[in-house]
Amino acid sequence: MSRFIEKNLEKDGVDRRGFLKCMAWAGTGALCVMKGGVLKSFALSDVMQHNVGDFKGDLSFVQISDSHIGFNKAANPDVTATLREAIAKVNALPTPPSFVLHTGDLTHLSKPAEFDTLAESLKSLKTERIFYVPGEHDVLDDNGAMFRERFGAGAMGDGWHSFDRNGIHFVGLVNVMNLKAGGLGSLGGEQLEWLEKDVSALKSSTPIVVFAHIPLWAVYPQWGWGTDDSEQALSYLKRFGSVTVLNGHIHQTMQKVEGNVTFHTACSTAFPQPQPGQADSPGPMKVPDDKLRQLLGITDVNFVRGTHSLGIVDSTLA
Amino acid sequence: MKKTKWMFGVVLTVLAAFATIAVTQPRVAKAGDQPASAEVKIDNFSFGPTTLTIAAGTTVTWKNNDDVPHTVVSDDKVFKSKALDTDDKYSYTFTKPGTYNYFCSVHPKMIAKIVVQ
Repeated sequence: MSRFIEKNLEKDGVDRRGFLKCMAWAGTGALCVMKGGVLKSFALSDVMQHNVGDFKGDLSFVQISDSHIGFNKAANPDVTATLREAIAKVNALPTPPSFVLHTGDLTHLSKPAEFDTLAESLKSLKTERIFYVPGEHDVLDDNGAMFRERFGAGAMGDGWHSFDRNGIHFVGLVNVMNLKAGGLGSLGGEQLEWLEKDVSALKSSTPIVVFAHIPLWAVYPQWGWGTDDSEQALSYLKRFGSVTVLNGHIHQTMQKVEGNVTFHTACSTAFPQPQPGQADSPGPMKVPDDKLRQLLGITDVNFVRGTHSLGIVDSTLA
Repeated sequence: MKKTKWMFGVVLTVLAAFATIAVTQPRVAKAGDQPASAEVKIDNFSFGPTTLTIAAGTTVTWKNNDDVPHTVVSDDKVFKSKALDTDDKYSYTFTKPGTYNYFCSVHPKMIAKIVVQ
């Protein structure tokens, strides 16, 4: 399967259909790298044969997502174990990440013991700092109070925040609060106002990375895979030369490029979910035991100054 | 003779006592007497049935059969459950007629309604 992808895409520049096929089902261990608008793909097993400089840059960080600590059903009876495997994978990267982003659903039921287990597990992750945004599973019953207390240092409102690293501006958004009946994810007026102000003074050449739990593009609205007011947020980012949006929630990798904006969703470290429309509902998907780890994974992101886009590399646990 | 009269008096008293007890005991409930109950099953990210019609005074019990938590939240803030894990239940008794739209606040595409007559 990885050989198939390599043959089809390697000399094609940007082959978006092939890329989407590759990204939608990361179970094969294929890596797809966007660099300067050009797509390159490599079989995971061949990574070491390539120039390590391909993956090196001015800044590298990792995205993990949807750890769902507390879930214990058939799709994965031990999500803490698979989280630990993902952490081991991060620790084994050739370049240690400057920091890690967790794009939400840290826990399955927002329980204190689940937040405890997550925090304990992440202690072994070798990185300076982890930044978080909540998923809808982290804000049950208490409107996110415990999440913000434990993982929302420096955040405002429902947990949004921004920070700068090596000239890149990172924005963590919360789109899982105050959801309306029949609606999708929601950013809300207060957060949108804050976002507009937050980026207003930045030069248009500043690379922007936005991270939020629910996808900021309409992946599959029937299953709630989208955000009602994301267009307004993206309008504030229109003038920037390079915008990368990193999301979770759908438990599979997907990517879309729209002008200067690259949208990317990450695998879960806990359990996979079906592709859009391929099942009755977006619930946890049971797969044969030997396939599970091929469908869970982490995302390694590299920034090389002067290039148009960030290099995004997904890798699976197996 | 006196003994018979006495016996008769005792029997009457006992009979009267039974009669009193029988009258004051609650009747065996008939249809319409006991509070009615109804069920909504939460399966595959949907409420079933999507529209449930009940009589005022009915207690509706929701049960979550999914592997992920759901909530039952009225659009008009009339009722609101805590997060329901797999096999958890939530009940609410509807006393006033009307249409009650509700949804799952975790997965807001899940919408349904209770019609109370």
